[in-house]
Amino acid sequence: MSPQMIDRLWQAGLDTLVMVGASAGIAVLGGLPLALFLVTSGPGGIFPAPRTNRMVGTLVNGFRAVPFIVLLVALIPFTRLVTGTTIGVWAAIVPLAVSATPFFARIAEVSLREVDAGLVEAAQSIGCRRRHILIHVLLPEALPGIVGGFTITVVSMIGASAMAGAVGAGGLGDVAIRYGYQRFDTTVMAAVIAILVAIVCLVQLVGDTVVRRLTAR
Amino acid sequence: MAEVTGSLAFERLRDPGGRIATGARVVPVARATTAPRTAGSVRFEAVSKSYRTVTGTVRALEAIELTIPAGAIFGIIGRSGAGKSSLLRTINRLEEPSSGRVLVDGEAVGTLDADGLVALRRRIGMIFQHFNLLSAKTVRQNVALPLAVAGVAKAEIGPRVDEVLRLVGLEDKADVYPSRLSGGQKQRVGIARALVTRPEILLCDEATSALDPETTLSILELLRDINRRLGITVVLITHEMSVIREVCSDVVVLERGRVAETGPVWRVFGRPTHSATRALLEPLTRALPEDLAARLQPHRTPGAALVLRITCAGEAPDLAALGAAAPSVRLIQAGLDRLQGRAVGRMIVAVADPDPEVEARLRALGAEIERIGYVAADD
Repeated sequence: MSPQMIDRLWQAGLDTLVMVGASAGIAVLGGLPLALFLVTSGPGGIFPAPRTNRMVGTLVNGFRAVPFIVLLVALIPFTRLVTGTTIGVWAAIVPLAVSATPFFARIAEVSLREVDAGLVEAAQSIGCRRRHILIHVLLPEALPGIVGGFTITVVSMIGASAMAGAVGAGGLGDVAIRYGYQRFDTTVMAAVIAILVAIVCLVQLVGDTVVRRLTAR
Repeated sequence: MAEVTGSLAFERLRDPGGRIATGARVVPVARATTAPRTAGSVRFEAVSKSYRTVTGTVRALEAIELTIPAGAIFGIIGRSGAGKSSLLRTINRLEEPSSGRVLVDGEAVGTLDADGLVALRRRIGMIFQHFNLLSAKTVRQNVALPLAVAGVAKAEIGPRVDEVLRLVGLEDKADVYPSRLSGGQKQRVGIARALVTRPEILLCDEATSALDPETTLSILELLRDINRRLGITVVLITHEMSVIREVCSDVVVLERGRVAETGPVWRVFGRPTHSATRALLEPLTRALPEDLAARLQPHRTPGAALVLRITCAGEAPDLAALGAAAPSVRLIQAGLDRLQGRAVGRMIVAVADPDPEVEARLRALGAEIERIGYVAADD
């Protein structure tokens, strides 16, 4: 591989990390409140609002139904509104975050739902207000599951970011397609795959370690 | 500072204003923030609860009229689905009655706003069958939570948590996570968490059902101790009659959402009037000896002895008077117990050569007599 190619891979790796990192951050900030809302606003929840709950649920399903490559294109007007551009890394972060947020919200929702209703009842019986139940019961008790779900989200976002080349955002997937596939450069293809595998393994390892720490009590 | 035993320290800290002991019960005489009152009584007025399921409307509670006196250890017993849990949960409004009112110290629970309800719940502790401790928090953090969410200053939380942990005997487990504890220890943490706000009432929802018999006894002992020393009203649900017998002063028997009977334990257990109570008491009652049951006949034959069951609830039978009333009385089987200083139990006696007035004479002694049958004299 030429030094330019190594430079190119390095830059692509950084682009991927920035895209995934930034949109994962947004996904947590947006997805966790969304998950809490979905869990607590259902019938019998602590903030019951069944109609809004159904509406938000449908919206989440809608975004989850659209394939990422379609979302990438369909969101172009919105992306321009937010970032002022439709190409580059920042233009890819918007659709990535929009796609990852409902995904993570659904995964976190499952973990939150698994918190024993008895714990919520016990918290109510000791005089917890609803916000205390969120802070002291639902979030901490579901945390191992939420972290595990976040790991899954990040890994699937690394995969999705490969399509960001379609809006000129670069990244490892883009390099693999343009050089590895279109120019028949097998070495580049292999290198990209190796780097992706290494990143995914690392993410999974970190995620698993945190989950183990949280559950070893 | 000299070492003080846990519960003494608890009492001292609980009410620096001073408390006086009246009989076995400790009554608060002065509180810094509230007017003096007999704290910890509950009154149910025509409480009904029904809810809809796919199969139709279930009437969990129907027109419950009941008073739980302050300072009692009050047992709620009944078969599964009798409405025990629903009744208990209306006290701190974890469940809302469909109609009727629940009054805690004269205050209607149903009309409280969100702040009022939180304040009420801080006066009512609750423990659960499955303990419901937060796994992500240590024992200390679990016990501190009721105070932390009430906005109590950190400097005050520490000593109060230590104090209740000493009371339940877990001061050395403060910094472990609940998953490292045994069932009995978890329930002690639950009790500590329920008591840390210094409530007037402690609700126990099948609190010993998940525990082995030995641990059950130690938890019951702790509850009795708490009731006696701190004057906290204890309301407990159980399906084990032995639990009621062990600790309760009063009991209500629920049957299909209605009050079957209620009263002091010695009376309800000694002289059950409702079939539901009798059915529940069945495991504690001794059956008629088999050989006797086999020879029992309904009608009198020459030389047969009259078999009677004498039920005691209150006074222990005067054996000398018994002998005087029925000269040839013989004791067949007896199980006599003392509950709350009253004799409770049953005796089966055989009277040889009974004259027609023997039963009347025995009744005149104040004994409750039931004719079981006749048995032919031994061969």
